[in-house]
Amino acid sequence: MLRYIYADHLSDFPALSHSMFRDRATQFVDRLGWDIGVDANGEERDEYDALNPLYVIWELPDGRHGGSMRFLPSTGPIMVNDHFGHILDGTTIQSPLIWECTRFCLSPNADRRAAAALVLGAGEVMKRFSLNHYVGVFDPRMERIYRLYGVTPDVIGCQGEGADRIAVGLWEMQQDAWPKTFARLGITAAQSDAWFKASRDTLRAKIPPQPDAPSGPSCRAPVGSRHDTASHPIF
Amino acid sequence: MASGLEKQLHLLEQATTLEHLQQATLHLRDHFGLAHFIYHWVNSVGERFGAGTYSSDWVDRYLEKDYLRMDPVILGCITRFHPTNWKDLDWSSKAAKAFLREAIDYGVGNQGLTIPVRGPSGQFALLTCNQTCDDPAWEHFIANHQQDLILIAHQFNRKALEFDTGFEAQAPSLSPRELSAIALLAKGFSRAQAAQDLSISEHTLRVYVEGARHKLGAINTTHAVARALSNGLIVV
Repeated sequence: MLRYIYADHLSDFPALSHSMFRDRATQFVDRLGWDIGVDANGEERDEYDALNPLYVIWELPDGRHGGSMRFLPSTGPIMVNDHFGHILDGTTIQSPLIWECTRFCLSPNADRRAAAALVLGAGEVMKRFSLNHYVGVFDPRMERIYRLYGVTPDVIGCQGEGADRIAVGLWEMQQDAWPKTFARLGITAAQSDAWFKASRDTLRAKIPPQPDAPSGPSCRAPVGSRHDTASHPIF
Repeated sequence: MASGLEKQLHLLEQATTLEHLQQATLHLRDHFGLAHFIYHWVNSVGERFGAGTYSSDWVDRYLEKDYLRMDPVILGCITRFHPTNWKDLDWSSKAAKAFLREAIDYGVGNQGLTIPVRGPSGQFALLTCNQTCDDPAWEHFIANHQQDLILIAHQFNRKALEFDTGFEAQAPSLSPRELSAIALLAKGFSRAQAAQDLSISEHTLRVYVEGARHKLGAINTTHAVARALSNGLIVV
Protein backbone atom coordinates (compact mmCIF):
# COMPACT_ATOMS: atom_id res chain seq x y z
CA MET A 1 0.00 0.00 0.00
CA LEU A 2 0.94 3.64 -0.36
CA ARG A 3 1.71 5.53 2.82
CA TYR A 4 2.03 9.29 3.30
CA ILE A 5 4.22 9.90 6.37
CA TYR A 6 5.82 13.00 7.84
CA ALA A 7 9.31 12.33 9.22
CA ASP A 8 8.21 12.69 12.85
CA HIS A 9 5.96 9.64 12.39
CA LEU A 10 8.61 7.37 10.85
CA SER A 11 9.47 5.96 14.25
CA ASP A 12 5.97 4.40 14.28
CA PHE A 13 7.15 2.20 11.37
CA PRO A 14 10.67 1.04 12.32
CA ALA A 15 10.99 -1.77 9.76
CA LEU A 16 9.58 0.32 6.93
CA SER A 17 11.72 3.31 7.84
CA HIS A 18 14.97 1.38 8.26
CA SER A 19 14.50 -0.48 4.98
CA MET A 20 13.77 2.82 3.21
CA PHE A 21 17.01 4.46 4.37
CA ARG A 22 18.92 1.23 3.62
CA ASP A 23 17.47 1.06 0.12
CA ARG A 24 18.41 4.69 -0.44
CA ALA A 25 22.01 3.79 0.41
CA THR A 26 21.83 0.90 -2.06
CA GLN A 27 20.40 3.01 -4.87
CA PHE A 28 22.22 6.30 -4.50
CA VAL A 29 25.57 5.21 -3.07
CA ASP A 30 26.13 1.60 -4.21
CA ARG A 31 24.42 1.70 -7.58
CA LEU A 32 24.59 5.31 -8.75
CA GLY A 33 27.83 6.13 -6.92
CA TRP A 34 26.67 9.46 -5.44
CA ASP A 35 29.14 10.96 -2.98
CA ILE A 36 26.76 11.09 -0.01
CA GLY A 37 27.02 9.73 3.51
CA VAL A 38 25.83 6.42 4.90
CA ASP A 39 25.63 6.06 8.68
CA ALA A 40 26.70 3.19 10.93
CA ASN A 41 23.32 1.48 10.45
CA GLY A 42 23.78 1.48 6.70
CA GLU A 43 21.18 4.24 6.31
CA GLU A 44 21.49 7.11 3.86
CA ARG A 45 20.15 10.31 5.44
CA ASP A 46 20.96 13.94 4.75
CA GLU A 47 20.16 17.32 6.30
CA TYR A 48 16.80 17.53 4.49
CA ASP A 49 15.57 14.41 6.28
CA ALA A 50 16.00 16.49 9.46
CA LEU A 51 13.56 19.19 8.23
CA ASN A 52 10.52 17.02 8.88
CA PRO A 53 9.74 16.34 5.21
CA LEU A 54 6.79 14.35 3.90
CA TYR A 55 7.62 10.88 2.55
CA VAL A 56 5.47 8.93 0.17
CA ILE A 57 6.32 5.26 0.62
CA TRP A 58 5.23 2.15 -1.28
CA GLU A 59 5.02 -0.55 1.38
CA LEU A 60 5.45 -4.19 0.32
CA PRO A 61 3.11 -6.86 1.74
CA ASP A 62 5.80 -7.88 4.28
CA GLY A 63 5.92 -4.34 5.69
CA ARG A 64 9.21 -3.42 4.08
CA HIS A 65 10.06 -0.55 1.75
CA GLY A 66 9.34 -1.00 -1.96
CA GLY A 67 9.94 2.57 -3.09
CA SER A 68 9.75 6.11 -1.81
CA MET A 69 10.32 9.81 -2.34
CA ARG A 70 10.60 12.87 -0.19
CA PHE A 71 8.82 16.24 -0.38
CA LEU A 72 9.60 19.70 1.01
CA PRO A 73 8.02 23.06 0.12
CA SER A 74 10.19 25.29 -2.07
CA THR A 75 9.42 28.26 0.19
CA GLY A 76 11.85 26.73 2.72
CA PRO A 77 15.34 25.23 2.36
CA ILE A 78 15.51 22.79 -0.56
CA MET A 79 18.35 21.02 -2.28
CA VAL A 80 17.88 22.67 -5.68
CA ASN A 81 18.20 26.18 -4.24
CA ASP A 82 20.86 25.40 -1.65
CA HIS A 83 23.23 23.44 -3.87
CA PHE A 84 22.30 23.77 -7.53
CA GLY A 85 21.62 27.48 -8.07
CA HIS A 86 24.78 27.70 -10.22
CA ILE A 87 23.37 25.36 -12.84
CA LEU A 88 20.14 27.35 -13.03
CA ASP A 89 21.80 30.72 -13.73
CA GLY A 90 21.07 31.75 -10.17
CA THR A 91 17.34 31.05 -10.48
CA THR A 92 15.88 30.04 -7.16
CA ILE A 93 12.71 28.01 -7.38
CA GLN A 94 10.38 29.39 -4.76
CA SER A 95 6.63 29.19 -4.67
CA PRO A 96 3.96 27.77 -2.38
CA LEU A 97 2.66 25.93 -5.46
CA ILE A 98 5.96 24.14 -6.13
CA TRP A 99 7.40 21.48 -3.84
CA GLU A 100 10.74 19.76 -4.16
CA CYS A 101 10.67 16.00 -4.71
CA THR A 102 13.94 14.18 -4.05
CA ARG A 103 15.37 10.73 -3.29
CA PHE A 104 13.03 8.94 -5.71
CA CYS A 105 14.11 5.44 -4.78
CA LEU A 106 13.10 1.93 -5.83
CA SER A 107 14.02 -0.99 -3.61
CA PRO A 108 15.98 -3.95 -5.02
CA ASN A 109 13.08 -5.99 -3.56
CA ALA A 110 10.48 -3.86 -5.29
CA ASP A 111 7.57 -5.45 -7.06
CA ARG A 112 6.60 -4.41 -10.58
CA ARG A 113 4.11 -1.90 -9.23
CA ALA A 114 6.50 0.23 -7.15
CA ALA A 115 7.32 2.90 -9.74
CA ALA A 116 3.70 3.32 -10.81
CA ALA A 117 2.70 3.55 -7.15
CA LEU A 118 5.14 6.42 -6.58
CA VAL A 119 3.83 8.25 -9.64
CA LEU A 120 0.34 7.85 -8.19
CA GLY A 121 1.47 9.10 -4.77
CA ALA A 122 3.12 12.17 -6.28
CA GLY A 123 -0.06 12.86 -8.24
CA GLU A 124 -2.27 12.52 -5.17
CA VAL A 125 -0.06 14.92 -3.19
CA MET A 126 -0.12 17.41 -6.06
CA LYS A 127 -3.89 17.23 -6.48
CA ARG A 128 -4.88 17.23 -2.82
CA PHE A 129 -2.54 20.02 -1.78
CA SER A 130 -3.26 22.18 -4.86
CA LEU A 131 0.31 22.19 -6.18
CA ASN A 132 1.26 22.98 -9.77
CA HIS A 133 4.76 21.53 -10.09
CA TYR A 134 7.53 19.54 -8.50
CA VAL A 135 11.17 20.42 -8.86
CA GLY A 136 13.91 17.92 -8.12
CA VAL A 137 17.52 16.89 -8.47
CA PHE A 138 17.84 13.54 -10.21
CA ASP A 139 20.27 11.20 -11.85
CA PRO A 140 19.77 11.33 -15.63
CA ARG A 141 20.10 7.54 -15.66
CA MET A 142 16.68 7.51 -13.98
CA GLU A 143 15.05 9.50 -16.75
CA ARG A 144 14.22 6.34 -18.68
CA ILE A 145 12.14 5.14 -15.71
CA TYR A 146 10.26 8.43 -15.49
CA ARG A 147 9.59 8.39 -19.22
CA LEU A 148 8.33 4.82 -19.02
CA TYR A 149 5.79 5.86 -16.40
CA GLY A 150 4.54 8.92 -18.23
CA VAL A 151 6.15 11.49 -15.96
CA THR A 152 8.95 12.80 -18.13
CA PRO A 153 10.69 15.74 -16.46
CA ASP A 154 11.57 19.02 -18.14
CA VAL A 155 15.30 19.27 -17.53
CA ILE A 156 16.12 22.88 -16.62
CA GLY A 157 19.80 22.42 -15.85
CA CYS A 158 22.51 19.84 -15.46
CA GLN A 159 26.14 19.53 -14.53
CA GLY A 160 28.94 16.96 -14.69
CA GLU A 161 29.68 14.19 -17.15
CA GLY A 162 29.10 10.47 -17.27
CA ALA A 163 28.35 8.88 -13.92
CA ASP A 164 28.74 12.26 -12.19
CA ARG A 165 26.06 13.87 -14.29
CA ILE A 166 23.22 15.32 -12.27
CA ALA A 167 20.13 17.15 -13.47
CA VAL A 168 17.43 19.46 -12.15
CA GLY A 169 13.99 18.65 -13.47
CA LEU A 170 10.42 19.87 -13.30
CA TRP A 171 7.36 17.65 -13.20
CA GLU A 172 3.65 18.06 -13.47
CA MET A 173 0.95 15.43 -13.46
CA GLN A 174 -0.74 15.30 -16.86
CA GLN A 175 -4.41 14.37 -16.75
CA ASP A 176 -3.83 11.36 -19.00
CA ALA A 177 -1.21 9.94 -16.60
CA TRP A 178 -3.94 9.09 -14.06
CA PRO A 179 -5.83 6.31 -15.90
CA LYS A 180 -2.57 4.74 -17.11
CA THR A 181 -1.19 4.75 -13.59
CA PHE A 182 -4.32 3.17 -12.12
CA ALA A 183 -4.22 0.52 -14.84
CA ARG A 184 -0.55 -0.32 -14.17
CA LEU A 185 -1.31 -0.74 -10.49
CA GLY A 186 -4.52 -2.65 -11.15
CA ILE A 187 -6.42 -0.40 -8.74
CA THR A 188 -9.23 2.14 -8.87
CA ALA A 189 -9.28 5.79 -7.84
CA ALA A 190 -11.32 4.69 -4.83
CA GLN A 191 -8.46 2.43 -3.65
CA SER A 192 -6.01 5.29 -3.97
CA ASP A 193 -8.38 7.52 -2.01
CA ALA A 194 -8.65 4.84 0.69
CA TRP A 195 -4.83 4.64 0.97
CA PHE A 196 -4.59 8.39 1.31
CA LYS A 197 -7.29 8.47 3.98
CA ALA A 198 -5.56 5.65 5.85
CA SER A 199 -2.57 7.97 6.24
CA ARG A 200 -4.58 10.56 8.15
CA ASP A 201 -2.69 9.90 11.37
CA THR A 202 0.76 10.13 9.78
CA LEU A 203 -0.10 13.35 7.96
CA ARG A 204 -1.16 15.29 11.03
CA ALA A 205 1.22 16.55 13.65
CA LYS A 206 2.24 14.21 16.40
CA ILE A 207 0.42 15.37 19.50
CA PRO A 208 1.46 14.36 22.98
CA PRO A 209 -1.40 12.83 24.99
CA GLN A 210 -3.61 15.58 26.37
CA PRO A 211 -5.05 15.56 29.85
CA ASP A 212 -8.82 15.81 29.63
CA ALA A 213 -8.90 18.65 32.12
CA PRO A 214 -6.39 21.48 32.18
CA SER A 215 -4.17 21.19 35.23
CA GLY A 216 -1.70 23.43 36.96
CA PRO A 217 -1.51 27.18 36.86
CA SER A 218 -2.53 28.80 33.60
CA CYS A 219 0.55 30.07 31.81
CA ARG A 220 -1.11 32.45 29.44
CA ALA A 221 0.75 33.22 26.29
CA PRO A 222 1.62 36.86 25.73
CA VAL A 223 -0.62 38.32 23.10
CA GLY A 224 0.83 40.51 20.40
CA SER A 225 1.18 44.08 21.51
CA ARG A 226 4.20 45.30 19.63
CA HIS A 227 1.89 46.97 17.21
CA ASP A 228 -0.55 49.55 18.37
CA THR A 229 -3.74 47.67 17.57
CA ALA A 230 -4.30 45.52 20.58
CA SER A 231 -7.96 45.89 19.66
CA HIS A 232 -8.35 42.41 18.23
CA PRO A 233 -5.61 40.06 19.29
CA ILE A 234 -6.21 36.46 18.31
CA PHE A 235 -4.55 33.86 20.47
CA MET B 1 -8.88 34.66 -9.77
CA ALA B 2 -12.05 36.70 -9.54
CA SER B 3 -11.60 40.43 -9.88
CA GLY B 4 -13.21 41.01 -6.48
CA LEU B 5 -10.50 38.88 -4.97
CA GLU B 6 -7.80 40.78 -6.84
CA LYS B 7 -9.12 43.97 -5.30
CA GLN B 8 -8.99 42.42 -1.81
CA LEU B 9 -5.46 41.21 -2.36
CA HIS B 10 -4.41 44.59 -3.65
CA LEU B 11 -5.70 46.15 -0.41
CA LEU B 12 -3.83 43.53 1.56
CA GLU B 13 -0.67 44.38 -0.31
CA GLN B 14 -1.07 48.04 0.68
CA ALA B 15 -1.45 47.16 4.37
CA THR B 16 0.93 48.97 6.69
CA THR B 17 -0.65 48.25 10.07
CA LEU B 18 -2.12 45.33 11.91
CA GLU B 19 -5.48 47.10 11.65
CA HIS B 20 -5.23 46.83 7.85
CA LEU B 21 -4.68 43.09 8.14
CA GLN B 22 -7.69 42.97 10.39
CA GLN B 23 -9.76 44.75 7.71
CA ALA B 24 -8.45 42.33 5.10
CA THR B 25 -9.71 39.32 7.07
CA LEU B 26 -13.20 40.87 7.24
CA HIS B 27 -13.28 41.55 3.50
CA LEU B 28 -11.95 38.10 2.62
CA ARG B 29 -14.49 36.43 4.91
CA ASP B 30 -17.25 38.26 3.06
CA HIS B 31 -15.70 37.64 -0.32
CA PHE B 32 -15.67 33.88 0.22
CA GLY B 33 -18.95 33.88 2.16
CA LEU B 34 -17.34 32.24 5.19
CA ALA B 35 -18.20 32.24 8.86
CA HIS B 36 -14.68 33.30 9.85
CA PHE B 37 -11.28 34.13 8.41
CA ILE B 38 -8.17 34.27 10.62
CA TYR B 39 -4.48 34.75 10.04
CA HIS B 40 -2.09 34.42 12.93
CA TRP B 41 1.62 34.03 13.23
CA VAL B 42 4.51 33.50 15.57
CA ASN B 43 7.54 35.62 14.77
CA SER B 44 11.16 34.52 14.95
CA VAL B 45 11.41 35.36 18.65
CA GLY B 46 8.21 33.53 19.56
CA GLU B 47 5.79 36.47 19.87
CA ARG B 48 2.25 35.85 18.66
CA PHE B 49 0.13 38.14 16.52
CA GLY B 50 -3.19 37.76 14.84
CA ALA B 51 -5.89 39.24 12.71
CA GLY B 52 -9.30 37.70 12.33
CA THR B 53 -13.03 37.86 12.47
CA TYR B 54 -13.79 35.97 15.68
CA SER B 55 -15.91 37.76 18.26
CA SER B 56 -14.03 39.30 21.15
CA ASP B 57 -16.10 37.02 23.42
CA TRP B 58 -14.56 33.96 21.79
CA VAL B 59 -11.06 35.44 21.81
CA ASP B 60 -11.38 36.28 25.51
CA ARG B 61 -12.74 32.84 26.29
CA TYR B 62 -9.93 31.18 24.31
CA LEU B 63 -7.30 33.14 26.18
CA GLU B 64 -8.95 32.65 29.54
CA LYS B 65 -9.04 28.87 29.08
CA ASP B 66 -5.57 28.84 27.48
CA TYR B 67 -6.96 26.73 24.61
CA LEU B 68 -3.79 27.31 22.65
CA ARG B 69 -2.31 24.42 24.60
CA MET B 70 -4.90 21.92 23.38
CA ASP B 71 -6.50 23.36 20.23
CA PRO B 72 -6.39 20.40 17.79
CA VAL B 73 -6.08 22.82 14.87
CA ILE B 74 -2.95 24.47 16.24
CA LEU B 75 -1.39 21.24 17.49
CA GLY B 76 -2.31 19.35 14.35
CA CYS B 77 -0.95 21.91 11.88
CA ILE B 78 2.29 23.13 13.41
CA THR B 79 5.30 21.30 11.98
CA ARG B 80 3.23 20.60 8.85
CA PHE B 81 3.26 22.31 5.46
CA HIS B 82 0.16 21.01 3.70
CA PRO B 83 -3.33 22.55 3.79
CA THR B 84 -5.46 20.68 6.31
CA ASN B 85 -9.19 20.07 6.40
CA TRP B 86 -10.24 20.16 10.07
CA LYS B 87 -12.04 16.88 9.51
CA ASP B 88 -8.63 15.19 9.24
CA LEU B 89 -7.47 16.43 12.65
CA ASP B 90 -7.69 14.48 15.87
CA TRP B 91 -10.89 15.42 17.69
CA SER B 92 -11.11 12.13 19.57
CA SER B 93 -10.34 13.31 23.10
CA LYS B 94 -13.10 14.44 25.42
CA ALA B 95 -11.40 17.80 25.80
CA ALA B 96 -11.19 18.31 22.03
CA LYS B 97 -14.87 17.46 21.57
CA ALA B 98 -15.87 19.86 24.33
CA PHE B 99 -13.65 22.55 22.85
CA LEU B 100 -15.25 22.19 19.41
CA ARG B 101 -18.76 22.27 20.88
CA GLU B 102 -17.92 25.44 22.75
CA ALA B 103 -16.26 27.04 19.71
CA ILE B 104 -19.40 26.35 17.65
CA ASP B 105 -21.49 27.98 20.39
CA TYR B 106 -19.35 31.07 19.93
CA GLY B 107 -20.00 31.13 16.17
CA VAL B 108 -16.98 29.21 14.88
CA GLY B 109 -17.87 27.05 11.87
CA ASN B 110 -18.10 23.27 12.22
CA GLN B 111 -15.92 22.90 9.09
CA GLY B 112 -12.49 24.45 8.69
CA LEU B 113 -9.42 24.62 6.52
CA THR B 114 -6.04 25.64 7.88
CA ILE B 115 -3.00 26.45 5.78
CA PRO B 116 0.36 26.41 7.54
CA VAL B 117 3.17 28.68 6.33
CA ARG B 118 6.78 28.05 7.26
CA GLY B 119 8.77 31.27 7.13
CA PRO B 120 12.48 31.94 7.66
CA SER B 121 14.21 31.53 11.04
CA GLY B 122 11.41 29.69 12.75
CA GLN B 123 8.75 32.20 11.78
CA PHE B 124 5.48 30.36 11.45
CA ALA B 125 1.89 31.18 10.51
CA LEU B 126 -1.54 29.65 10.06
CA LEU B 127 -4.31 30.89 7.81
CA THR B 128 -7.66 29.49 8.87
CA CYS B 129 -11.10 29.79 7.43
CA ASN B 130 -14.22 28.10 8.69
CA GLN B 131 -17.84 27.67 7.79
CA THR B 132 -21.03 26.05 9.00
CA CYS B 133 -22.01 23.46 6.39
CA ASP B 134 -22.01 19.73 5.65
CA ASP B 135 -19.04 17.68 4.47
CA PRO B 136 -19.79 17.66 0.72
CA ALA B 137 -20.30 21.44 0.68
CA TRP B 138 -16.99 21.96 2.46
CA GLU B 139 -15.13 19.60 0.16
CA HIS B 140 -16.58 21.50 -2.75
CA PHE B 141 -15.38 24.80 -1.25
CA ILE B 142 -11.88 23.40 -0.74
CA ALA B 143 -11.71 22.03 -4.28
CA ASN B 144 -12.66 25.44 -5.66
CA HIS B 145 -10.65 27.77 -3.43
CA GLN B 146 -7.76 25.96 -1.79
CA GLN B 147 -5.11 27.18 -4.21
CA ASP B 148 -6.23 30.81 -3.93
CA LEU B 149 -6.21 30.48 -0.16
CA ILE B 150 -2.65 29.13 -0.22
CA LEU B 151 -1.57 32.21 -2.19
CA ILE B 152 -3.48 34.47 0.20
CA ALA B 153 -1.79 32.81 3.20
CA HIS B 154 1.61 33.60 1.72
CA GLN B 155 0.51 37.15 0.92
CA PHE B 156 -0.42 37.63 4.57
CA ASN B 157 2.85 36.13 5.62
CA ARG B 158 4.81 38.50 3.42
CA LYS B 159 3.12 41.33 5.37
CA ALA B 160 3.81 39.67 8.70
CA LEU B 161 7.50 39.46 7.85
CA GLU B 162 7.50 43.10 6.77
CA PHE B 163 5.98 44.10 10.12
CA ASP B 164 8.52 42.04 12.00
CA THR B 165 11.51 44.29 12.42
CA GLY B 166 13.72 41.23 12.51
CA PHE B 167 13.33 40.87 8.76
CA GLU B 168 14.53 43.55 6.38
CA ALA B 169 12.23 44.00 3.43
CA GLN B 170 14.32 43.01 0.45
CA ALA B 171 13.93 44.44 -3.01
CA PRO B 172 12.96 41.49 -5.18
CA SER B 173 15.76 40.19 -7.33
CA LEU B 174 14.92 37.99 -10.28
CA SER B 175 17.27 35.60 -12.02
CA PRO B 176 18.15 36.14 -15.70
CA ARG B 177 15.72 33.38 -16.73
CA GLU B 178 12.89 34.85 -14.70
CA LEU B 179 13.59 38.32 -16.06
CA SER B 180 13.60 37.04 -19.65
CA ALA B 181 10.31 35.23 -19.14
CA ILE B 182 8.60 38.23 -17.55
CA ALA B 183 10.06 40.66 -20.10
CA LEU B 184 8.66 38.65 -23.01
CA LEU B 185 5.22 38.49 -21.41
CA ALA B 186 5.43 42.25 -20.83
CA LYS B 187 6.06 42.69 -24.56
CA GLY B 188 2.79 40.93 -25.19
CA PHE B 189 4.16 37.52 -26.17
CA SER B 190 1.86 34.61 -25.43
CA ARG B 191 3.25 31.88 -23.18
CA ALA B 192 3.80 29.67 -26.20
CA GLN B 193 5.66 32.42 -28.06
CA ALA B 194 7.75 33.32 -25.01
CA ALA B 195 8.65 29.67 -24.44
CA GLN B 196 9.64 29.27 -28.08
CA ASP B 197 11.72 32.44 -27.97
CA LEU B 198 13.60 31.15 -24.93
CA SER B 199 13.87 27.60 -26.34
CA ILE B 200 12.16 26.11 -23.31
CA SER B 201 8.87 24.26 -22.85
CA GLU B 202 5.76 26.13 -21.77
CA HIS B 203 5.82 24.02 -18.63
CA THR B 204 9.28 25.34 -17.72
CA LEU B 205 8.25 28.87 -18.62
CA ARG B 206 5.35 28.56 -16.20
CA VAL B 207 7.76 27.68 -13.40
CA TYR B 208 9.96 30.72 -14.09
CA VAL B 209 6.92 32.98 -14.21
CA GLU B 210 5.55 31.40 -11.01
CA GLY B 211 8.92 31.96 -9.27
CA ALA B 212 8.93 35.59 -10.39
CA ARG B 213 5.32 36.04 -9.27
CA HIS B 214 6.14 34.76 -5.80
CA LYS B 215 9.27 36.90 -5.41
CA LEU B 216 7.44 40.01 -6.57
CA GLY B 217 4.61 39.36 -4.12
CA ALA B 218 2.21 39.45 -7.04
CA ILE B 219 -1.13 37.70 -7.08
CA ASN B 220 -1.08 36.60 -10.71
CA THR B 221 1.02 36.85 -13.86
CA THR B 222 -0.43 40.16 -15.03
CA HIS B 223 0.27 41.66 -11.66
CA ALA B 224 3.80 40.22 -11.66
CA VAL B 225 4.53 41.86 -15.01
CA ALA B 226 3.20 45.17 -13.71
CA ARG B 227 5.33 44.97 -10.60
CA ALA B 228 8.47 44.07 -12.52
CA LEU B 229 7.90 47.10 -14.72
CA SER B 230 7.19 49.46 -11.84
CA ASN B 231 10.23 48.20 -9.93
CA GLY B 232 12.36 48.91 -12.98
CA LEU B 233 13.42 45.26 -13.19
CA ILE B 234 12.42 45.10 -16.84
CA VAL B 235 12.09 47.70 -19.54
CA VAL B 236 9.82 47.24 -22.53
